Amino acid sequence: MANETIIQGSVTRDGEPVNGYVRLLDEGGEFTAEVPTSATGQFRFFARPGKWTLRALIPGQTVDRQVVASQGNLTEVAIAV
Amino acid sequence: MSRSDVLVDADWVQARLDDPKVVIVEVDEDTSAYDKNHIRNAVRIDWKSDLQDPVRRDFIDQAGFEALLSAKGIANDDTVVLYGGNNNWFASYAYWYFKLYGHGDVRLLDGGRKKWELDSRDLVAEVPQRAATEYTAQAVDSSIRAFRDDVIAAIGTLNLVDVRSPDEFSGKLLAPAHLPQEQSQRPGHVPSARNIPWAKNANDDGTFKSDDELKALYEAEGIDLAKDTIAYCRIGERSALTWFVLHELLGQENVKNYDGSWTEYGSLVGVPIELGN
Repeated sequence: MANETIIQGSVTRDGEPVNGYVRLLDEGGEFTAEVPTSATGQFRFFARPGKWTLRALIPGQTVDRQVVASQGNLTEVAIAV
Repeated sequence: MSRSDVLVDADWVQARLDDPKVVIVEVDEDTSAYDKNHIRNAVRIDWKSDLQDPVRRDFIDQAGFEALLSAKGIANDDTVVLYGGNNNWFASYAYWYFKLYGHGDVRLLDGGRKKWELDSRDLVAEVPQRAATEYTAQAVDSSIRAFRDDVIAAIGTLNLVDVRSPDEFSGKLLAPAHLPQEQSQRPGHVPSARNIPWAKNANDDGTFKSDDELKALYEAEGIDLAKDTIAYCRIGERSALTWFVLHELLGQENVKNYDGSWTEYGSLVGVPIELGN
């Protein structure tokens, strides 16, 4: 964990998990990674320190969140759609 | 060859779910995704346990491919439609296998599993039963596969396309950002390779960009499409997607996928490596 830069969180609607996808985009807006959300709406990325955009894709909707991640810290992001 | 000969949309697949001569095949990085649900009547191929040699680092041989397709109930004259997660990474990889062994009619579902889900189309848990066949594969077509010596010989001469993310290309990361950090001995890229991440081929929903957009992308990145091309990534699945774009969609003649990719090249003793952008 000390060497890792982890961005994780959940996608929910009215407190309920949403099944969809989360994309990780770098500071220049370029695609870096994508994961499906788990059954409980969770996602996790191993990134590097810096500014990132999380883009949640769910049926009929796309939601962006800006985050700043740092090494050795867990960056937790709750995305409500 | 037109785009619809190699790529079909969800409506095309939906209309043929009960056609016995169309076999829909799911291939995922997360091989448990199929167990949860899948497109009705789709069978599964596991990119690791079905397509890789269990001992050596290599893919299954001709007899192994024949046994696999026979067991899955796929005949030589069937139309095979591949789809999967991760924007069809592993479905593209399987597509490349089907071409290596000379299958006549194989296509990708545009957008893969993600687009199907985002469109809220039906997925089921029921596993279809298909009667076994006696599949006959062709000898492997090595004109679409590159080995390490081909890559070294291509430095500064042919097009080398590194389709990993910019951070993997520059040497900041050894693996995609959603996977644990491990793999090759050294970070970096093959000298003279251009970094054109696979994701630039696709829209957010996983569908491929238009032929004109794709052609413009490679030309803008300095790729001379008149020259031969080798594509690579970390283990050869993302570069199979770029191979699909260049060879199948854009119809470029001599494009090879280097499936050894960075996990092999970045562990070789004495080969040149470049760091940074």
